[in-house]
Amino acid sequence: MTRHIVARTSDIPAGGNKVFGIEGRDIVVFHVNGEFFALLNRCPHEGAPLEKAACVARLTSPEPGIYHRERIGEMLRCPWHGWEFDIRNGQSWFDPKRFRIRSYPVAVESGEDLQKGPYVAETFPVHVEDNYVIVEV
Amino acid sequence: MSDVIDRPMRDEDRTAQTRLKIIDCDIHPSLRSHNDLNEFLPKRWQQHLKEYGSHLRTPYIGTTPYPRSSPLIARRDAWPPTGGVPGSDLDFMRKQHLDPFDVEYGILQVLDLFIFSQQNLEFGAAIQRAINDWQLAFWAHRDVRLKASILVGQDDTALGIAEIDRCAKTGEYIQINVSPRANEPLGRRRYWPIYARAQELDLPLGIHVGGYGGHAPTGGGWPSYYCEEHQSNAHTVASQLTSLVLEGIPERFPRLKIVFIEGGFGWIPSAMWRMDQHFERFRSEVPHLKRKPSEYVKDHFWFTTQPIDEPDEAKHLRSLIEWVGIDRLLFSSDYPHWDYDDARYAFKTPLTEAERRKIFNSNARAVYKF
Repeated sequence: MTRHIVARTSDIPAGGNKVFGIEGRDIVVFHVNGEFFALLNRCPHEGAPLEKAACVARLTSPEPGIYHRERIGEMLRCPWHGWEFDIRNGQSWFDPKRFRIRSYPVAVESGEDLQKGPYVAETFPVHVEDNYVIVEV
Repeated sequence: MSDVIDRPMRDEDRTAQTRLKIIDCDIHPSLRSHNDLNEFLPKRWQQHLKEYGSHLRTPYIGTTPYPRSSPLIARRDAWPPTGGVPGSDLDFMRKQHLDPFDVEYGILQVLDLFIFSQQNLEFGAAIQRAINDWQLAFWAHRDVRLKASILVGQDDTALGIAEIDRCAKTGEYIQINVSPRANEPLGRRRYWPIYARAQELDLPLGIHVGGYGGHAPTGGGWPSYYCEEHQSNAHTVASQLTSLVLEGIPERFPRLKIVFIEGGFGWIPSAMWRMDQHFERFRSEVPHLKRKPSEYVKDHFWFTTQPIDEPDEAKHLRSLIEWVGIDRLLFSSDYPHWDYDDARYAFKTPLTEAERRKIFNSNARAVYKF
């Protein structure tokens, strides 16, 4: 696994995402509730681009008329057929044994720590005063 | 087992380098707004559309009987960056669908203003003229890959025939579309003049799911949910196949080709087996049938593939394809709707190169004479 510095944390707005080409794969990094998550940008079902997914809540209902919204923003709803996935590990909510989106470890590190390396050389300069999103692929 | 599409995207997946060109039998263009029709619509009907709107059997003007799963039943990524609704921007349609999938021909299926189910039949006739003209002007004339269908509200057969004749003169339309949710089952005598004309003109009859015929969309009554109504597309098409076959349409119009669009195909084997069984027992009731119902299906009907059935085991999809007959299937994507099928991944069972060629291209080429 190689650690790639993909962006400054401020490059990905809260509630938004950004796609990066890393080792031939399109990887989408989501910024949800202050955390970052990296997933392959393709739904395992028919390949839809997950950058267009809706970040929804996990909706459960113990009985008719009562429902709970939990983990708001942490479920990805595919832009095509509406399959839902856990943003933390890519696991399908509908059929968790068979389907998941490939997910990648993400870290946020300061520019100062990054000076120590080793990291894949990036096309933009790393400043000690900023924080960066690191994706392991 | 975990199914993950995690290999790097191949170049040929990204760009139009696939060797097999696709004929997509179900693409939905949309009006940017009703104003797009003004140049094709007499003042009187423009005014009518503004003042009264479109009158379908729906709860309120501009609604559908069942709230859909996504706005305008569209893929979330199909909203053009230039604004407007999904399917309304040709350049974006090219960029997102026609070019990357190497679509050789795309057959337009217009659902705007659902002309088949307009309650005011004269308004419906005016709108169908306008929509048919708009298909050429806004789509087919701007991209040679896109092919228009003659939309016909079949419940006024005379106006329908007049519209077929008007459009057919241009030589630019490739099929005649009617709705599977009309006032009566499609095999009924009142609709025969349309089939006679379609046969005369050698234009296939296309039947795309949907519509508001006033009947419950299932034999059991009105569904509660969109999920349930969506399921009923297959029942509706199954009942129309039964009606067309048992009323003897293929016997009466032996050169008529009939294409069911967006009804899927998983239900067809059972429908054929059952019709054959009944035919064996009750053939004296339907003496106009000279052959087994399944033989008519296998000679006169075609089915588009989307939304494809997804059995847990790939080999079951394979069996379904064999039971229906590989020659009967025409690939369709349903772009830009939410239940779109991606040509690369929709068939989750191996197909030989020859089989792929049939489903994705040559079957449709033969039906539509491309």
